[in-house]
Parts: sequence; C-alpha cells; structure tokens
Amino acid sequence: MRYNEKELQALSRQPAEMAAELGMRGPKKGSVVKRRLVKLVVNFLFYFRTDEAEPVGALLLEHCRVTQEEPSGFSISFLEDPERKYHFECCSEEQCQEWMAALRRASYEFMRRSLIFYRNEIQKMTGKDPLEQFGISEEARFQLSGLKA
Amino acid sequence: MKLNERSLAFYATCDAPADNAGFLYKKGGRHAAYHRRWFVLRGNMLFYFEDAASREPVGVIILEGCTVELVEAAEEFAFAVRFAGARARTYVLAAESQAAMEGWVKALSRASFDYLRLVVRELERQLAAVRAGGGPAPPRRPRALPPKENGCAVWSSETPAAPSPRPGPEPPPLPPRRRASAPNGPLDSASFAQLHEWYGQEVRALRGQWLRSHAQP
Repeated sequence: MRYNEKELQALSRQPAEMAAELGMRGPKKGSVVKRRLVKLVVNFLFYFRTDEAEPVGALLLEHCRVTQEEPSGFSISFLEDPERKYHFECCSEEQCQEWMAALRRASYEFMRRSLIFYRNEIQKMTGKDPLEQFGISEEARFQLSGLKA
Repeated sequence: MKLNERSLAFYATCDAPADNAGFLYKKGGRHAAYHRRWFVLRGNMLFYFEDAASREPVGVIILEGCTVELVEAAEEFAFAVRFAGARARTYVLAAESQAAMEGWVKALSRASFDYLRLVVRELERQLAAVRAGGGPAPPRRPRALPPKENGCAVWSSETPAAPSPRPGPEPPPLPPRRRASAPNGPLDSASFAQLHEWYGQEVRALRGQWLRSHAQP
C-alpha cells in the first residue's frame, strides 16, 4: 500500500502525547526484546532506535486492543488478528498503566465517541448543540445514531 | 519505515460507515495523467482503491498537517491536499461535480486528528463549566480552531485554550442531585475515558459469563 512516508516522518517529529524508552518485541515468533524510543503522536505509535532521528516503524492505533501482559508490560494487537501481538516492557507498573490508558484513548474512533458523548451531555444540560458554533452539527460522523453498540 | 499495513487495510474496508466516499480523479504526479479511483475517508486516513469493489487499497494519504484548497487546473472541480515542508507532495484531486468537490473539501479539511482533538477539548471545557456553573458556558472558540468556511487542519503544536494539556479533565464538583436514583458518585463527574473503561470492564465480565454459560453443549 502506498502512503505519504515523508509526511509520516514529519509527524513523528511532532510533540508527543507520550514518549519513553521501552523494551519492545515484535509479533513474529522468536523475536527478541529491543530498546526502542516509543512515541505516541495523534493515532500513531512510532518507535525509534534510541540514537536515530527517523523511526524504524509506526503502528496506526485504530481497532487495536491494549492488554496488560505482566505487572509492568502490555501488548498491542489488532482486530483482524488478535494473537499477533506487539509487546512492550515498562520500567514500572505505574508507567505501564499510564501507557495503556493513553493508548486506549489514542484512536480517532475513541475521540469521535468522546465527542458524541460530550455533545449529548451538553445538549441534555443546556438544550443547545455545542457543535453549531463550529458549523459541524450536521456531519454524519458526529451523529448519535452513527454509534455502533 | 515499517507500517502495520495489514491493519490499515482492514481499517479501510471495515463495515462501519465511512466519513466520505466516492470517485475522484487523482493526478499521478506533476506531469502525469489523472486516474479515476474510489476514495474512502475514514478518520484522518484517506484511502484510495482501484474501484469500489476492491478488497485492498492502492494507497492511503495520511491527513495530518495538510491544507485543502481549490486549484486552477485543466480538470474541472479540482482541489489539492497540500503538505508543508521542502519536497512535500501535493495531491491534486478532481471530483465529478461541484457539489461533490465542495463535500470533499469540507470533509478533508476537518479530517485531522488534531482538529477533532481541539473540538473534544473545547467540549470537555464546556461540559465542566456547565456542571460547575449551572448555566451554559459562553462558547469560546480557541484561536487555533479553523473558521467555518475554509476549515483547514493547522499543523500547530500551540496549546489549545483548554486548561488541561491531556484529554480527561479533573472531575468537576458535583452539581446538586436532581435524580432520585441511587448515588453513583464517581460516574457523574467521570470523564468519558473513565466511563468507557468502567463500562468496558462490566461488558467484558458479562460477556465472559455468557460465553461460559454457552460453553456447555
């Protein structure tokens, strides 16, 4: 699949929601743990060799599941293949919890559901649609009816 | 750079309704011809397929840090998705009607994660203000939010107007209780993230029970 790699590289240089050096192990059988600088920017998780400016790779965090694996480790897998896991090792249970919470909130889909939720709450409490001021109240992607159970 | 392309392809072709979809002509390169492709916008990803029935995208344009503008081109109803920076690519696209072009320009200029995050933070702020103050908060449009008519994703690391740098505000003080239902303290002032987590746990537990009860033949 073609993609705009230069722009993705530029994105990896943007301010991150979370960034830390973690142990990372790829999904292939027999892969070993490597130290990587892991950086969360919008809905992408970039991972760098610790002394390099360009990322080794990126994971788009849509339709993914974040699972705790050990007290201080978690994994990311994707809907189409839940057994194929990217493993991450943190230095503490606290850091692990912080990362898992951040990653679960990092998808566009989660952000969209948050928007619908807040919009609905504000509408219930004030009788007004807060999206009107942005001119986006009619957009199909923000309608309550568009939410799947 | 490695990318989880298989997951991307699944995301592109999943069942959920797309944010926008339709045929567009895509210019191959600066001096190349236009190719008619089936485009699907999902979140901040603009996928394009050989045709509407294809199972896998030919490619994807990641829509962060771009502007969307009309262009002068030989092709009618043309517009461009332009990225900043040296040697950055500009994607020239053309719709099949004025209405389609306008729909795409609007959708693409508001498609970035950055834009959505700004709106969500503003709504969080408003909700906290409404809960604390009792009345509707005066809508405050953060500086970085693009105007209605020519929305464009701003490549900005500028902190938006919202008080907290991360999603999830401090729980605001509880308003006077109006409901007769049993007090459920934390849930009232919880952020969406917390509610999502709590309900998710409950759903997982219920699902586990259901699975076990159906395991016996």
